[in-house]
Amino acid sequence: MATAIAKSAGFGKDMLLRGELQRSERRRKLCAFALVLPLLLFLVITFVFPIGRMMFNAIHDETLLALMPRTTAALAAWDGNDLPDEQVYAALAKDLTDSWERRTMGAIGARMNLELPGAGSQLTSSARKASTLSAGPYKAALIQIDPLWERKEVWSLLKRGGSPYTAYYLLRSVDYQYGPDGQIVATPPDNAIFRAAFLRTLGISVAVTVVTLLLGFPVAYLLATLPPKSSNLLMIMVVLPFWTSMLVRTVAWVVLLQHNGIVNQTLMGLHIISQPADLIFNRFATIVAMAQIQLPFTLLPIYSVMRTIPPSHIRAARSLGAGSFYAFWRVYFPQTLPGISAGCLLTFISCLGYYLTPALVGGPSDQMVGYFIANYTNKQLNWGLASALGAILLVATLLLYYVFDKLVGVDRIKIR
Amino acid sequence: MRSAVLGIKALAVIGLVAGSFVLTKPGAAADQITITSWGGALQLAERQAWFEPFSKETGIAVTEDEYSGDAAKIRAMVESKSVTWDVVDGWTLWANQLCDAGLLERIDWTKLGLDRSRFIDGDKYDCGVPSFISSDVIAYDKDKLADGPKTIADLFDTKKFPGKRGLRKSAEVNLEWALIADGVPKQDVYKVLNTPEGVDRAFKKLDTIKKDIVWWEAGAQPPQLLADGQVVMTSAYNGRIYDANKNSGKHFEIMWDAQMSGMGNVWVIPAGGPRVDEAYKFIAYAASAQVQGTLTKYIPYGPANKDAMEFVSAESLPWLGNAPDNLVNAFQSDPAFWKDKGDDLNQRFTAWLAQ
Repeated sequence: MATAIAKSAGFGKDMLLRGELQRSERRRKLCAFALVLPLLLFLVITFVFPIGRMMFNAIHDETLLALMPRTTAALAAWDGNDLPDEQVYAALAKDLTDSWERRTMGAIGARMNLELPGAGSQLTSSARKASTLSAGPYKAALIQIDPLWERKEVWSLLKRGGSPYTAYYLLRSVDYQYGPDGQIVATPPDNAIFRAAFLRTLGISVAVTVVTLLLGFPVAYLLATLPPKSSNLLMIMVVLPFWTSMLVRTVAWVVLLQHNGIVNQTLMGLHIISQPADLIFNRFATIVAMAQIQLPFTLLPIYSVMRTIPPSHIRAARSLGAGSFYAFWRVYFPQTLPGISAGCLLTFISCLGYYLTPALVGGPSDQMVGYFIANYTNKQLNWGLASALGAILLVATLLLYYVFDKLVGVDRIKIR
Repeated sequence: MRSAVLGIKALAVIGLVAGSFVLTKPGAAADQITITSWGGALQLAERQAWFEPFSKETGIAVTEDEYSGDAAKIRAMVESKSVTWDVVDGWTLWANQLCDAGLLERIDWTKLGLDRSRFIDGDKYDCGVPSFISSDVIAYDKDKLADGPKTIADLFDTKKFPGKRGLRKSAEVNLEWALIADGVPKQDVYKVLNTPEGVDRAFKKLDTIKKDIVWWEAGAQPPQLLADGQVVMTSAYNGRIYDANKNSGKHFEIMWDAQMSGMGNVWVIPAGGPRVDEAYKFIAYAASAQVQGTLTKYIPYGPANKDAMEFVSAESLPWLGNAPDNLVNAFQSDPAFWKDKGDDLNQRFTAWLAQ
């Protein structure tokens, strides 16, 4: 009995202690959370929310649902085999009259033009004429007004418009589209651009990463092994471009590489070539200019890792009989790997989003996904497609990051 | 507990500060207006010809902003209900697209006090007042090419004119020129281009010079391409060529055959702005016959107001896209066609470029 009481008292004390501990732990956590809260809020408001909102555009489009409510509702029951019946045409006539009065047929037309080029103006002219129709039957009358209304693809497009969500933009971003019966078909090769653009983006990013690694590794090694006095000077030369605007650096390459530019003139002056070579507006110029901009991003992580490798390791290997290359390859190089993966990952992921440099020094077949996103945002004002392209690029980047993490392990990366 | 009270106080302060911003944003400074234009030589000319005289006459101060000619910012402003541009020097290519989307004010011509029928293409824009005509032309450097191109077919003739050509990186203008050079009569160009065979034909013609083309995107690039000797001839906006001659001592020449007029500028008012009345006042002033033509003193873009032609400076007349002599073989572009087919043709064009 006595032992039981003693036990339960100990148990109570234990509980008390645990409660105390938990409370203080919670307070600590709360405090830490309060400290990061401003940054967290900042990130959510300026980063997560706008990007999420923009990505939502990729699948959300209620133009047809909002501006042709009767037609899209009436089409819900349509089976998609024959032309819809009179009731749907009557709804269409009402919607057209409405849109003519409210002047919304332009917006409807713009949406329809995306999937059926040319349908917009036919819609506008039918809306003008439909507003004069007083009574049914509407089916024959509307087809009489414009043969557009006996094309089945128009109806399957309007039926799809009944949902506020659409896969159209995402499909188009990977070169698919809706066929006449609403089935998914490949975009005709004459118009297919996006899959090639994604592959090109990957290819250029890999090439730039490799170039920066090949150029950056020896320089990093030199920087890490030179005495501080001369290495500081070299370091300044490496970091200096950081302080120059990317635009200026890119335009400098235009000056160097153009038809009558400095490089061509020098080569011709030295009688190495007789005709100016095509150095700009091609893949070569794109990779050269991008590699120059990205070089410090690859180099610096490698350098800071190299700084931490004691020179005694190599000396030990040498004294144990390894040749100079063997000692480097088996002892030194493996220790630089965390720096190499950090630098390459940094450069590779920044490259995926490049837009300005390929636009200025690349040719038309060197444009990366970023260019198309900018083009559809600024020029074509097709924000749905721009969002879809951006979303796919973001997902692909995260996916690559995940694969990298599985293969190399992100926690093994060292920046310093 | 204390910290909670503090938090509430802090929130209240933030709320008050934010509230005062909301309160002060509109309302203040009634007698001013923000006008946005394209920067560079054009905006400098507009400032001298239109903005400063307007301020002097009405006492309404003009604040200027610049943009690249892309409409994305207008859309973002209107959709987020934070319109800060009262008047924009817009572009014909997107004016109707934005109008349809409800992003621009519809122009009330009676309120404006101007005669719509006296404006070139005035009937084409429900949300815009044509301000001046700019033309897409072919230009070359007379110092380097004494015997220049005479017709648009010469643009595609690499035997007669070997070397690179500069062209604007867009489907519009280039597809039309390709068809005209291929022998399609000017009045049938859009009829042909409306068929798949016509589109194929245009691209096939462009194929013949594809490897000889340097593509440009900004209006300042073509004079630079000519000056650098990067191209033997280039498409360009006519005003930029004159500007290079006048201010950089070049001897560039314009070939007016098949010049693409009708791509010009229109005044537009972003929808839902706080100073629509002042915007009307400015447009009424700048588009009036006496004032619109004075722009030619500074840059040779011809007035869209037909009554303004008599106020055009004599020196600039040979350089204007809508001068009678230069209109003889002009080609009238059709914004309605591009509104319908632009998305599709531009995608095809991009695919063609990358091939």
